[in-house]
Amino acid sequence: MIRIRRGIGALGRKVLTGAALCATSAAAWADRPWNFQTPVTPIAQQQYDLHLYIFWICVVIFVGVFGVMFYSLFKHRRSVGHQAAQFHENTVVEVVWTVIPFLILLFIAYPATKTILALKDTTAPDMTVKVTGYQWKWNYEYLGEGVSYYSELATPLAQIMGQAPKDEHYLLEVDHPLVVPVNAKVRVLLTAGDVIHSWWVPAFGVKQDAIPGFVRDTWFKAEKVGIYRGQCAELCGKEHGFMPVVVEVKSKEDYDKWMGEQKKLAAAAADDPNKVWDQAALVARGEKVFNANCAACHQAAGTGNPAAKIPALVGDPVVMGPPNDQIHVVLNGRNAMPSWKSLSDTDLAAVITYTRNAWGNKASAGLVQPAQVLAERGK
Amino acid sequence: MSTVTPDQLGHGHDDHAHGHPTGIMRWVTTTNHKDIGTMYLWFSFTMFLVGGCMALTIRAELFEPGLQIVNPEFFNSMTTLHGLIMVFGAIMPAAVGFANWMIPMLIGAPDMAFARMNNWSFWLLPPAAILLVTSLFVPGGGPSAGWTMYPPLTIQNGMGMDLTIFAIHIMGASSIMGSINIITTILNLRAPGMTLMKMPLFCWAWLITAYLLIAVMPVLAGAVTMLLTDRHFGTSFFNAAGGGDPVLFQHVFWFFGHPEVYIIILPAFGIISEILPAFSRKPLFGYASMVYALAGIAILSFIVWAHHMFTTGLPTAGLLFFMYATMLIAVPTGVKVFNWLATMWRGSITFETPMLFCLGFLFLFTLGGFTGLVLSIMPVDIQLQDTYYVVAHFHYVMVAGSLFAFFAGVYYWIPKWTGTMYDERLGKIHFWSSLISFNVTFFPMHFLGLAGMPRRIPDYAQQFADWNMVASIGAFWFGLSQLIFLYAVLKCIFHKGEKAPAKPWDGATTLEWTVPSPAPYHTFETPPVIK
Repeated sequence: MIRIRRGIGALGRKVLTGAALCATSAAAWADRPWNFQTPVTPIAQQQYDLHLYIFWICVVIFVGVFGVMFYSLFKHRRSVGHQAAQFHENTVVEVVWTVIPFLILLFIAYPATKTILALKDTTAPDMTVKVTGYQWKWNYEYLGEGVSYYSELATPLAQIMGQAPKDEHYLLEVDHPLVVPVNAKVRVLLTAGDVIHSWWVPAFGVKQDAIPGFVRDTWFKAEKVGIYRGQCAELCGKEHGFMPVVVEVKSKEDYDKWMGEQKKLAAAAADDPNKVWDQAALVARGEKVFNANCAACHQAAGTGNPAAKIPALVGDPVVMGPPNDQIHVVLNGRNAMPSWKSLSDTDLAAVITYTRNAWGNKASAGLVQPAQVLAERGK
Repeated sequence: MSTVTPDQLGHGHDDHAHGHPTGIMRWVTTTNHKDIGTMYLWFSFTMFLVGGCMALTIRAELFEPGLQIVNPEFFNSMTTLHGLIMVFGAIMPAAVGFANWMIPMLIGAPDMAFARMNNWSFWLLPPAAILLVTSLFVPGGGPSAGWTMYPPLTIQNGMGMDLTIFAIHIMGASSIMGSINIITTILNLRAPGMTLMKMPLFCWAWLITAYLLIAVMPVLAGAVTMLLTDRHFGTSFFNAAGGGDPVLFQHVFWFFGHPEVYIIILPAFGIISEILPAFSRKPLFGYASMVYALAGIAILSFIVWAHHMFTTGLPTAGLLFFMYATMLIAVPTGVKVFNWLATMWRGSITFETPMLFCLGFLFLFTLGGFTGLVLSIMPVDIQLQDTYYVVAHFHYVMVAGSLFAFFAGVYYWIPKWTGTMYDERLGKIHFWSSLISFNVTFFPMHFLGLAGMPRRIPDYAQQFADWNMVASIGAFWFGLSQLIFLYAVLKCIFHKGEKAPAKPWDGATTLEWTVPSPAPYHTFETPPVIK
């Protein structure tokens, strides 16, 4: 009850101060919780202006029409003794009130059309980001930069469940926001991995559905450095309310610095084929690679499938023989076995090392390093 | 007929010695349009309460930020079933209930054209309702992809979704049969001398609505059948991996869905057009243009569907076409509003409860119309699509629009139905309480949407907390207000009130007021002649 009362009290104060502010300054409109968020892109600014323009047209018509109605309700009451007239048509009046609304619509349609043409123009971008929606997170991929990462809700569960006080950006905070440079035209390609999501940043005036199996595009050009928050706008399952969109707009220099760091991180995360591994680590990794790629035919226990002419790897002469022969077979395939060149040197070294040590195999050269695979790949 | 005493009629006995069943079997086997109309209206009110409880569950969870009452999955089921139940279980059957009760009496017909099919149209509804409600209790939970049922999310739902699909099939069959019945009745059973352009406007509204229903219910049935086969039989209508397209569903659904919006509102327009002249004591202004406006709205409704899909990434030409077509709807709708105002102008107006609900309708429906115009502007819609602004908009047109018109209709005709006047004081309390609480609930949702709160979320950011609290308080107030309505109606049914004369409204001119109150079980066995 106390919480409710406090809420209502705060509300009252906000209504009062809000009313005072919006009466005095148009700029204050933008920061009240009853209009669009302050726009930071040209398109969002146009939407903002367009909305207010139509809003005031509606207000004028509304006041006019219902002014007439309330005048009639007041003056033409039976209780003030008004006698009913019996007219029931007037062609001139009827034509007039059909044509005038049509003309008003033309005045609305013209600026709206201009904005549509502008917001659909995704040509000549400065950079392109591919956004993929998943249940329930976003993936951002900087095309041509080799940088890609996921962006998930950062609000702790305890806050949602009411076990901890909610912080300022409750439900609108993520671990890794999308980062873009200021004043750059960013083209956004959207798709989804499971169901339809919708990527929405109110301050940018961008809302575009992400549709699985299709790619759609949109664009924005943020003109002010800052952090902008939005949410998924299309029902996408139980965590739909918990997949915010956060975009951090940085100055060009800060952005370049950030991008440089991201590239270094990406390079560090990739496997270095010259790294020297110890046998236990490679065997552990190799087991995973084997089960994911090889076990379908050779079986998890390495027994093969004699009926399908798939050899057992237990005691197999190639597995037990010189490493280079086995690397050659794995890289290039043999008979029914396909080439596995698509796997990385480290994965191939791991899976080969695994087969040479698993199921009782004790090959003489039990450890194969990624560098050996790399060398064989080059032949 | 003239020898029948009102007492016998009041208990609904047949004045002919047909040996009709009594008790429950009377209702199961009845082919009487008045009995069937009554059942439709009670069914509708029951579903209104069920759907209303779901709405209150939603509002309770949204009372403050955080998850307190339900889990997100159940929350999604609530929004989904609230929508489906209110649209298919509450509003549409209420409109058909009015059609059953009033169309034969308004055109001087003895009954509906296909009386036995009429019985069947109604009795399909309870099984459909049971399927919808029990979907909450099956493994996997109720449908939770929203009433719009967009795939691929729908494909992930449990078997509750299958029950929903079957329920929609059944309700669609019921609607189509009801529509065939209404069209046939209106076209063939009008009293001698009643030309189409002399028909009460409610009949015109329903004639056009019925054609809309026949045109689009099969489209919905097709859409949900494709969902069903995608779910269980390996088809890929809406699955890109198999050559389909998830957006195809949205096109098909909204090709049904937009006319559906007018299916919901046109009968309400009809009711308003009967009541406003009666309490203004003046003929309806611009009858012919009212008919043309109804037809114009109906035709436009087929070419505007993609305005529900402005954020899916339509081509520029598509955006412009659907924006212009949508804006055009403002013209015939404006004509209707202006005609209603002109009907009141220089009338002799009184403010009984039916009139109050009409005025509430006029004021708030027009407000909903304006937000509709705002939403039709595609660049603005980008910001508002799938936000609480849309929720506010469609509740203004469906609750303050259709529902208020139906309340007006009940208060207007209940003296004819029961033979007892409703309690004017209760009616007025019901009106003012509903009007104020409705606005407390839904007006702040405009602000929430503008400020950026998406719809269909069980929890929200802190800046949305204040208005959500207001909306939740309003919602419970609105819900409780409807118990006043129930009480007022029960008082009439149990004859606790003034006895109604044949024509309690001095401004009313239509045929139903020429028969006694309550209306005899059979009316107009000999057709009246219209001059």
